Parts: sequence; C-alpha cells; structure tokens
Amino acid sequence: MTLHMTKTQKVLRFMGNNTVPILFLIICAFGIPLSGYSANYLVSEVVVRIARNSFLIVSLLIPILAGMGLNFGMTLGAMAGQIGLIFISDWGIAGIPGILLAMIISTPISILLGWWCGKILNLAKGREMVTSYIIGFFMNGIYQLIVLYGMGAIIPIRSNALVLPRGYGIRNTVNLIGIRKSLDNLLTVRIFGVPVPLVTFAVIALLCIFVLWFKKTKLGQDMRAVGQDMEVARAAGIRVEHTRIVSIVISTVFAGYGMILYLQNIGTLNTYNSHMQIGMFSVAALLVGGATVAKANIRNVFLGVILFHLMFIVSPMAGKNLIGQAQLGEYFRVFVSYGVITISLVLYEVRKKRDQGLAGLVLAAEQEETV
Amino acid sequence: MNTEKLTSSVKGLVKSFGLPRIIIALFLLVLFILAPFVGVNVGTSLSDTLNRFGMNAVMVLAMVPMIHSGCGLNFGLPLGIIAGLLGATISLQVNIPGPTSFLLAMLFATPFAVILGWGYGQLLNRVKGGEMMIATYVGFSSVAFMCIMWLLLPFSNPTMVWGYSGSGLRTTISVEGYYLHVLNDLLSIRLSDHLLIPTGMILFFALLAFIIWAFLHTKTGTAMTAVGSNPVFARASGINVDKVRTLSVVMSTWLGAMGILVYQQSFGFIQLYMGPFYMALPAVSAILIGGASVNKASILNVVVGTFLFQGIVTMTPSVMNSMIHTDMSEVIRIVVSNGMILYALTRKTEAVR
Repeated sequence: MTLHMTKTQKVLRFMGNNTVPILFLIICAFGIPLSGYSANYLVSEVVVRIARNSFLIVSLLIPILAGMGLNFGMTLGAMAGQIGLIFISDWGIAGIPGILLAMIISTPISILLGWWCGKILNLAKGREMVTSYIIGFFMNGIYQLIVLYGMGAIIPIRSNALVLPRGYGIRNTVNLIGIRKSLDNLLTVRIFGVPVPLVTFAVIALLCIFVLWFKKTKLGQDMRAVGQDMEVARAAGIRVEHTRIVSIVISTVFAGYGMILYLQNIGTLNTYNSHMQIGMFSVAALLVGGATVAKANIRNVFLGVILFHLMFIVSPMAGKNLIGQAQLGEYFRVFVSYGVITISLVLYEVRKKRDQGLAGLVLAAEQEETV
Repeated sequence: MNTEKLTSSVKGLVKSFGLPRIIIALFLLVLFILAPFVGVNVGTSLSDTLNRFGMNAVMVLAMVPMIHSGCGLNFGLPLGIIAGLLGATISLQVNIPGPTSFLLAMLFATPFAVILGWGYGQLLNRVKGGEMMIATYVGFSSVAFMCIMWLLLPFSNPTMVWGYSGSGLRTTISVEGYYLHVLNDLLSIRLSDHLLIPTGMILFFALLAFIIWAFLHTKTGTAMTAVGSNPVFARASGINVDKVRTLSVVMSTWLGAMGILVYQQSFGFIQLYMGPFYMALPAVSAILIGGASVNKASILNVVVGTFLFQGIVTMTPSVMNSMIHTDMSEVIRIVVSNGMILYALTRKTEAVR
C-alpha cells in the first residue's frame, strides 16, 4: 500500500529528485548564448570531452552500487595509471602497444591500492566518503615520495626528458607524444563535420556493457544487497567486507585505465597535479547527471558529462562577455563544481531523512487499514 | 611480577596517549636533538616553532566547540576564515593605520562569522551523520564563491586592489602599516639573538583558550558536551539539541575568523582567493595529533597538537635539508597530517554514530 500522490505532488517530487540536472540546464541555457560559441564548435568540444572523461566517471558506479558512496579514492587508480604512463614513456613504447602496456603496469598497482583502500574503508563504515577523500590526500604524499624522490634514484628511469636535472625525480610535466591521441585517431569518422573517435567510444561502450552485465552477476547482486543493508546481507551469508573490498578494487582498476585514456587524449601529464583534480571533476560530473550518493547509472554518466562540460566550456567566455573578465567565469565554474557536490550531498542526507519519515507514514497507514 | 606490572602500565600509557602520537613526539624530539649536529640553531628553531604555534593555535582551537557538540571535525574551517578575511579587508578599506585596525578587523569579522556560522549550523543540523563530508564541501564552495566576490566587491583602497584595473582585490595584500605584528611584538621577550618569544600572540591564544575552557564548564557548555556524547540522552533531559549544535558551529566559525586574523598579523599578508582552500586540513590533523578524536577534544589536545604539528613542519625542512640536502618536508607533512586524520577516522569505537 503506498500513499496516493496528487499530480502537483508528483511534479514537485520529480523536480526535487532532479534538482541538480534542472539547475544545470538553466545555467547552460543562459551560458550558451552569452558565450557566443557556434553550435558546431560546442558539439565537437562536447564529443571530445565525452571520449575523454566517460571512462573515468563510469569507474565510480560500482562502489555506489555497493553502498559505499562516491569513491573519492579513485585518485589512487589515477596515480597507478600515471605510473604506468611514466614507465612506457621512459621505455619509449609508443602507440597502442604503449597504452596497453601502461594499462598492464597500472593493474597490479591499482589492485594493491584498491585492496588497501577497501580495507581502510571497512574500518570506517558510515563515513566512507570523507575517509576515501583523505586516503586520496594521503596517497598523494606517498606518490610524491615515489615519483619525486624514488624514481631515478631507486627505480631506474633512463630518459633525460623525464628525470629532473638534479638526477632523480620526474619532471613536472611529461610529454606523452608517443601515445598522444593514438587511440582517438585510430578510426575517426566525421559526422556533420564533427570528428568522432570511434575506437575510444567503442572502448567506453564495452565498459558500459561490462558494468550492466556485472550488475546482473552473483557478485553484482551481492553488492546491491550489501549496499541496501549490511546486516541483512551478512545474515544471508554474503561476505560483506570482502564484497566491499572487491567493489573498490574494480573501481580503482577502471579509474587507472580511465586515467590512461584521459591522458592519451590530452597528450601531456602534469605529474603532480593531474590526478588530484580528476576525482573532483568526475564526481561533480556524475552528480550533475542526476546521480545521488546511493544511486547512479550509465544514463547519469553521459547526461552528466554533457551538461557539466558544456558549462565548463562556455563559462569563461560567458563571464568575459557579461562582466568583461574571463577570470570570473573560471572562478564561476570552480564554484559550480564544488557547489554541485555540496548540494547533492546535502539533498542526499535530507532525502534520506524524508524517506525514513515517509516509510513511517506508510507503515502507519498500513496499520490503520488492518485496524 | 614487577616487570609485568611495569609493562602493563607502559601499555596503558601507550594506549591512553596513542601510538601515533608517541611516534610523532619521538620524531620531533629526535629532530631537536639532531639539529645542533647538522648546524641548525636550536634557538631559531624553537623561536620559529613558538611563532608558528601562536599563528595556528587559534584555528586549531576552532575545532573544539564543534567536536564537543558532536558535529565532528570542522572541515568547514574555510568558512570561518572567510569571515575573518571579510573583516580584514573591510578594516583595511576603512583605512585606519596602526593597531586599531586589528581591533576593527576583529569587530567587522564578528557579524559575518555569526551569520555564516548560523547558516552553516542550520545546514549541519539537517544532515546529522554526514557532517564531515558536507563540511568539507561547504568550505570548498564558499572559498570558490568568495573568489568571485573578491573580484566584484567594491573595494577601493589602493593597497588592496589591482594597480592596473583599479578594481578587484589582489591575491595577497600586505598588512604592513596596519596590524603587522601587533600581537607578535606585544610584550615580546628576547632571550638571546636567536630566541624570541612572541608573548602577546601566545597570551591572545591563552585568553581565547581560557574563555572556551570556562565556557565548556558553564551550564550551556556542559549541555554541549552532553549533546556530543549522547544526543538522545541530551534530548531526553530537555536540551534543545539543534540550538546547542548551532551555537557550537557559530563559536567554531568565529574562532576560525579570529584565527586567520592572528595568522595574518604574524605572517604579514592577507591571502585571498584560493588561499584558505586547504587550511582546514592542517588544523584538523593538529588537534588529532594532540590526542583528540572525532567526538572528544580538550584545550590540552589543542596545545599539544599544535606544538607537535608545527614543530614538525618547522623542523623537518631545516634539519632534513642540512642532513641529506633534499627537501622532503612537504611529503612528510602530507603523509603525517593525512595519516593522522585517517587514523582518527578509522577508530572502531567512534565509528558507531
């Protein structure tokens, strides 16, 4: 027995459940005409960004399924991917073999880091997000220790283009000329003058199919059960801790691959910065697509990438045309990125309370009927 | 028998003090012992540590009220810092030179801290259980929002705005001529060429710490502790939980505002735009190093923690640099501070909330 809702209530509920995407549609609707960009330019930019970012964002889906919230620890995977890229750049392996080798190198590192991250998150149940967020910062310290002090000193790196003049440590920027756009340019089709990197899209599609299939497997169903209620899942004989660790490991490995795809499109690696921002941008994009901390699907990923990056592309120009300062638009997009995450987190908590209240009402109505 | 007793008492001591704290304290001690051998002046180091202690202690103190009322670690410290920055910039805009400007900055910062803190408290009351993540992002988004505001607000004092456009505040503003070192130089004691004790700054912290300590022993303060340790029990005994929590958040925000003003008068610059962005993390880890946990903190934790944390931040660059000719201090700082936060977040006893 459910509570009956009037039409206006239904509309309000729909609005309430999709606040963030609606807000973004409004921002984009104002921003696009203000920026003065042509439709063609915007579409081709958005296509590039979809190819660049979707893989990373899809990697966030599985921990959400397991009820662990947004995995800010995806930066760990990004670091593993970057370490893979540093090695292949040093060995001079270019093109598709380079990308594949970087992925192979990143995998064991990602698994190890993901396993460790999952272990720690199991110690901090109920506050996974803030913990995974701090884990990202903590590992950034270790990453710097390895890359800035270990590489070239303990870990052999030969290439002078990579090592700092002092003899050890990797330079601030690494040119990934060998693998630059090698996946994107493998097969490009022009649709209405917009270049579409088909192979990259095929890889992303494969990942999406994998995620959809994974949700239907035994492990995927276990994760859903763990996400719904840990105690019930445990009573049903599911190894809760193990399942949670596996979800983080899968996410970290995919984040590593995603980072490699992302950087092959960009073409340069900011050794000490690239991974720090990627977590925030991916999470923000997913939330813009209408995902919540507890529920996310493939549709949210693509809607999110399109809306978030449209805002990202138009806001500096819109700021310049509106107030005369491009800087303003840049600050605006940073503000919106963080604001979106804040609003989503707040709405999630508030909604959780409201649903608890609603469940109470349903229960009361049921009891009234039986009496 | 006797040795057994001894080991058990040592174990008890280790347990009560916490292993990470002991490691950090020993590490700092080793650094101080090593310093003279590698040619680092202990007097200068101690003086630097004291100075940094004074600069940061008030911001660490800003963690205490919110931890007491059960709102968790105040990752939203940047919000308080923004109130302080508004106070500072308005004080410079009023353009009264000398120590008066510091009092004015405190005065102007207060209403902003109260209003922002009140709103922040209302928000946190609606998201009980998820405070820390939301606090982090409230801090981030408010900093990003203020980036826009610093560009647009109609400030006009030529020491503050960009020279060529005449509008928009600079990223760093010198407080020279206004309140540079007002607290540092107040009653400062010079023990030797290298050792200078910034008495005024430490006294200012002591005053605020005393006020918080005294407050926590009043009726409202006890109510705050009750709310933090058991909200259901507190409600049953007639305490308005939401009101007490809001009060604690307002206090934390105000202390954050005062904290950044103390920091500025010693540092010499107002840092705007992305300046306050990561300021919460050092303060959070400092109080945790001092022995606080996610729902328990005392003034002693603040003092010990700030001293240990700032000691390491001061000592590692100089000692490490002279020892192995590499500055690894940044990495050590990141690992120690975030490791400490992770340690606190994963304690089992506190995970049930």
